[in-house]
Amino acid sequence: MTVAVNPAQTGEPVFYLADEHPHPEGWSTSLGFWIYLMSDCLIFAILFATFGVLGGNYAAGPAPKDLFDLNLVAVNTSMLLLSSITYGFAMLTMQQNKVAQTQIWLAITGLFGLAFIGIELTEFAHMIHEGATPQRSAFLSAFFTLVGTHGLHVSCGLIWLVTLMVQVQKFGLIEANRRRLMCLSMFWHFLDVVWIGVFTFVYLLGVLR
Amino acid sequence: MSTDTHAAGAHDHHHADGHAHSTFSGYMLGFVLSVVLTAIPFWLVMSGALPSKQITALVIMAFAVVQIVVHMIYFLHMNTTSENGWSMMALIFTIVMVVIALSGSLWVMSHLNSNMMPIHQMSGMK
Repeated sequence: MTVAVNPAQTGEPVFYLADEHPHPEGWSTSLGFWIYLMSDCLIFAILFATFGVLGGNYAAGPAPKDLFDLNLVAVNTSMLLLSSITYGFAMLTMQQNKVAQTQIWLAITGLFGLAFIGIELTEFAHMIHEGATPQRSAFLSAFFTLVGTHGLHVSCGLIWLVTLMVQVQKFGLIEANRRRLMCLSMFWHFLDVVWIGVFTFVYLLGVLR
Repeated sequence: MSTDTHAAGAHDHHHADGHAHSTFSGYMLGFVLSVVLTAIPFWLVMSGALPSKQITALVIMAFAVVQIVVHMIYFLHMNTTSENGWSMMALIFTIVMVVIALSGSLWVMSHLNSNMMPIHQMSGMK
């Protein structure tokens, strides 16, 4: 099957192994990272399913209408959306090899992400202060698990962002750093996609029902 | 001969992974669409512009689906050719799994809920 015969030569068969060809370093990283994101997507799907099943079980406790402030959620959503576009600008300046501008856009992205986490933690603290703790009802357990997992992802993304800024500062926009920034870009935009599900199904539909 | 063509193939593959062609206009278009697609659902719920809650719920869910597609195309640069189509395959597989997990859970659990004893229905009522 894999025998390739060159008739111009002596007629002796030459064997080639189909897999034996060199790959540049990191050639499969973006596909591998994409598959990681898809598996992360399954985690969120299960948490959304849990929230969908338990989201109406208030155990005579507070309901979404009593707890959620949609103005705050709208501000939070815009923070994440703005951080997505500023990360996009960081990727564009990275393509043009502008180290300083890339760093500035990354820093702005980080600040928006930090604002998002800050607002979310304020909201959580406010809810817990009012007695709406995760132990209060199945709805609140599911809420804190789902939104908390998303917040944890954003926090990890922020740590990753700072790490990469240090990397870029030390080594510049080398091939490895470009690849890492590309992975973080996918991660960051993916978290924004998950947030679309959160603000629609948890906050908006919660207030609606 | 053979190794040469393989190396060339790997080279093409590396450049065809679909992340090099992000543009300013692409990001801006995605951003503007996202802002619009976010603002309308918030406005619908906060103002109660639509007469029925059911219609509002369906409309905002439709907006969420459209916005997810917009993010996939303009921010995550999804297309059918990146990674020789394997990204799209992974995405389709994930969507199938997500739909089964979500619809299955909601369907089974709502049936279970409606077959419960009345006292449980009482406590489950909003």
